[in-house]
Parts: sequence; structure tokens; C-alpha cells
Amino acid sequence: MAAPSTWTPTEMMTIVAARALKSSDVCFVGIGAPSAACNLARLTHAPGITLIYESGTIATKPNLLPLSIGDGELCETALTTVSVPEMFRYWLQGGRITVGFLGGAQIDRFANLNTTVVGPYNRPKVRLPGGGGAPEIATSCQEVFITMAQSKRSFVAKLDFITSLGHGEGKCSRERLGIATKGPTRLITDLSVLEPDAETREMTVVSIHPGVTRERIADATGWPVKFAAKVADTPPPTVEELTVLRDLHARTRAAIEGKA
Amino acid sequence: MQPMLASFEQPARHWTQGLDRRFALLWALLWALLWALISRLAFAGRCDNTGATRERIQPVPMAKILPLADAVEEVVRDGDKVAFEGFTHLIPYAAGHEAIRQQRKDLTLVRMTPDLLYDQLIGVGAALKMIFSWGGNPGVGSLHRFRDAYEQGWPRPLEIEEHSHAAMANAYEAGAAGLPFAVFRGYRGAELASVNPSIKSVTCPYTGEQLATVPAMKLDSAVVHAQRADREGNVMLEGIVGVQKEAVLAAKRALVTVEEIVDDLGLRSYNACVLPHWTITAVAYVPGGAHPSYAQGHYKRDNAFYEAWDPIARERDTFTAWVKENILEKGPEAFARFART
Repeated sequence: MAAPSTWTPTEMMTIVAARALKSSDVCFVGIGAPSAACNLARLTHAPGITLIYESGTIATKPNLLPLSIGDGELCETALTTVSVPEMFRYWLQGGRITVGFLGGAQIDRFANLNTTVVGPYNRPKVRLPGGGGAPEIATSCQEVFITMAQSKRSFVAKLDFITSLGHGEGKCSRERLGIATKGPTRLITDLSVLEPDAETREMTVVSIHPGVTRERIADATGWPVKFAAKVADTPPPTVEELTVLRDLHARTRAAIEGKA
Repeated sequence: MQPMLASFEQPARHWTQGLDRRFALLWALLWALLWALISRLAFAGRCDNTGATRERIQPVPMAKILPLADAVEEVVRDGDKVAFEGFTHLIPYAAGHEAIRQQRKDLTLVRMTPDLLYDQLIGVGAALKMIFSWGGNPGVGSLHRFRDAYEQGWPRPLEIEEHSHAAMANAYEAGAAGLPFAVFRGYRGAELASVNPSIKSVTCPYTGEQLATVPAMKLDSAVVHAQRADREGNVMLEGIVGVQKEAVLAAKRALVTVEEIVDDLGLRSYNACVLPHWTITAVAYVPGGAHPSYAQGHYKRDNAFYEAWDPIARERDTFTAWVKENILEKGPEAFARFART
């Protein structure tokens, strides 16, 4: 099969995020882009991955992407479904999750996330849905992957509100709060992949997607973004990755429109 | 000298004066005995308690199976702290719509994931306050009525108390368990802890670890939807059960709407999620009553409706027209058409 020549930046982002997951991972899945990436991983290179949604479904294998974190599809295809208090107490707080997958409206250079408000908390310009499970996912999972489209609007110098902790103010912020988990180890965008600098913990570009320039990444970032000493070229999507992802979206769309 | 004279002038004591004193003593003794007897009868078995205990929740003799309007009338009252719970699944829409028809007001709405139903209750002005952890239209976007109330004060200002999911889930569990607060490992590095004064912390007496605390969720009323009830009013729910069991057990009054009422709950796992009838105030038979949410085994989540809600709720006029046509001018029987998968 010939290599596919076109794909959208969002498809690239989802595919790169999926590649970050292993078959042995136990993954706490946020809705939206994380859900697509996690299910793509399961349907391609990581068939053994355990996907957990905060609604209580453990080891779920949905045939299509849920619109919400509690669609019936998730429960029907799960190994078991537990109550929400059990999910947060035993499974998340209990330290059973290897990877938490988050997204957000705003992110800063230390991968702290805001999904709460734009503007001041008490008089917001835009009231966003809020944190949901994120505050505890960010600190209880062994590590956190974040996937977000990169733009100046969302990659900001200073967050309006810290909904969930990333690397705080850098360096040993997490350790000072008594947190033993790694926090955000990978930030996957539609342009690049960023990882925390070993010392400062500032998110630094380590891989650039095909056709994207350093200038474009800098233009889409609200702080002077740093590039690692050695920056990789992200391998383009494979035919299999693109086909499986597009099928997944097509099945989902058909189901919403009542054709499935 | 005047004082000396006075002692001489003291009149002789009448014999009845001493008697009075003796009678007074007797009377006091008699009254004390009587009081002891009365208090023993009235407060039999009561001991002084130095610690606060939970209010006694009287078991309801048998959940009454009522028409929805009567059930909502009895369970959900003006000014209630009420949870119409459901974590995506089994959201009690029909009951919420009935509360709107009955013009319930000044409610404190509690829910982990307030979605369209709370957008509707807030949009008609039924709520004073919302306690929540994630308020959006899942996979679609904002709750426009919630935002309009919170940001612009329409149709009335809305107060909020915001938590994380872990905090809410723990608070419900503490409410069901009759504890005053919930303890968990959370909110570390999260800014909510600095804007919500009810989030506090405690030091573990065994390890010294700092842990987050939130007050237990104590409700006036809880409203949930379930797959079935038997004729005694025992209720069974299955699938994604969320925090419904905890919400019912944390509430003074509970209403459950159900897809079906059966003679017997039937074949089930030994560990099925069953709420005994004496934990429930009223059961109402409302097939389809969770639409556009879903009831596992009965009908699917109407994801297309969740998408369609976005433009309806975006403007005050389209929202008000929708409420008039679909809530005010309809009754619970309108949900029956959704009961078929």
C-alpha cells in the first residue's frame, strides 16, 4: 500500500498520542482527543491496553468513540463496571493507573492545565465546564499524557486558573507538595511533541511533525518555547493508523446520526 | 436604741409558719419525683451524648408507588438541597421536568456532572445555587443556560460551589455513611482549594500525611432513575450506577422513577445494586423517563439530542420556546415514546 499523502493536523496529533501508549498500560481516559488516541492504540499496536473511564467502566473495548464518558457502549464492552466512588477511591487514588490522559482549554510551560474559567474565577469572561476528574488524575496516575491543539490562545504564559497540577512552577514543585508521581511526561499537539526538561521541567519540543517548521511552533506558543538539543522528526502516519482512525470516526458519526 | 427594741417587738411565731416550711419541702420532693417519672417516660433510653451523631433517618414503611406528579410533590420541595443524580446514564429527566412544571424554586442543585437537565432547571430560574464538579454538555460544549445565569444573572443570579469529581464522590459516600466529612488524597496543587472555602485538610494521625477533606453531602432530597422496581417499591439499577446509591442514602427523602414495575426483580447477580423499599420515599413508573440520557437494556443515549441541544440553549428565546413546548405543555407520558430502543 502506498503511504498516505494527506492527513489533518488533528489526525496527526491523535496518531502520535496513540503511539505513546503501551499494551501493558492501564489508562484513565479523558473525553475527546484522549479517547480517540486511546482507542486507536487499542485497535492497532496496543491490543492489551486497559482503558478506564471515570464513569466506572474498567477494561472497556468500545467499537466506536463515546460522545460522553458514560455511553452505554463503554459499559457493554467493559470487563466490569464499578460505582463512581469506587472508581475514584480504589482505582485512581489507589494508584492502579499507569497513564492518565488529559486535555484542556489552557496550558502553561509547566503543563499545568486550566479547564475552569477564562478570566477571574469569580467574574469569568468564559465559564468552562470545570475540572471533573482532572485534579486527582493529574496527581494520582503514575504519569500523565496531555493532548491539545497548539495555539497562542491555549498555550499561554500564565493560566487564568490552575485546574490541575502539572510541574507547578518547575523544578521540584511536585515533590514539595508531597507528590510521588511523575506528572505530565508528554504533551502531544497537532504540531509537535513536548517533554519536560530533566532539570527545569519546562515542556520542551522534542519532536516536530512532518511539514511543520520551528517558526510555526514558536508562533503557536504563548511563551518563548524551547527546543531540545536533539529534535526528532515525527514519523508520518501509516496507512494502518489512518485507516483505523478514520473507520473509528466514521462508525461514531454513523451511530450519532442513527445509521448504525 | 432602736435595734434592741426591734428584737423585742418581734411578734410570736404562729404555729402554721413552721408547717408551711415543712409542706414546702414535701411539695418540692413530690414535684421532683413527678418530674423524674415524667422525664423517664418521655426520654426513655436517652443518654447524654458528647459527640454529634447523624440525624436519625426514619425508615419509610414501604415506598409508595405514585403518579410522577404526586411523587415530585411529596419528595422535592421549594428550597431543597436536591440531587437529580446520574453519571451520564439513568438521568431522571422526566422527574426534573415535573419539578419545572410544578414551579419548584430556590433549589440548591447538586450533581457531579450537571448536564442538560440542570441547564433546563437553571434556565427556568428554579435554582439558587449549584454544587458540582463538571458542568458541560459532554463531547459537545458549554451549558449555555448555566453560563448565562452565572455570567449574566439570567433569569436570576446563580451561586456555585465547585469541587473535583473525587471530592464529590467522597462527599456523597460520607453522606451515605453518616460521617461529618470525607477524607481523600486530592486537590494537591489545584487552585479550587483556594477559591472554595469548604475544602480543608486534615493530618493523618498515623502517618502525618496531609489529606484533603470536604463536608459530607447531606441532601434534603435525591431523585434518580432506575431500570425496575417491584410492587413493594424495591428498586434495582444496573450498568453505570454512578453515585446514585450514595445520593439516595445521603438524602432525607428519595424518589426513584423506573422503566418498569415488576412482580419480582428477577434473575440478578447476588451483588446487584438494589435499594430496599424502606430507603425510598416514592417510586414513579415513567418509561423512557431518562431520555435523552439512557437506560441500559432499554434504550440508548440520544447523542443526537445532546448535539441538538447546543443551538436550542444558546439563545434565551429558543430555550424558552423549547421549554414551553416540551415541558410545560407536556406530561410524563410524553417520555413513553423513548422507551423503545
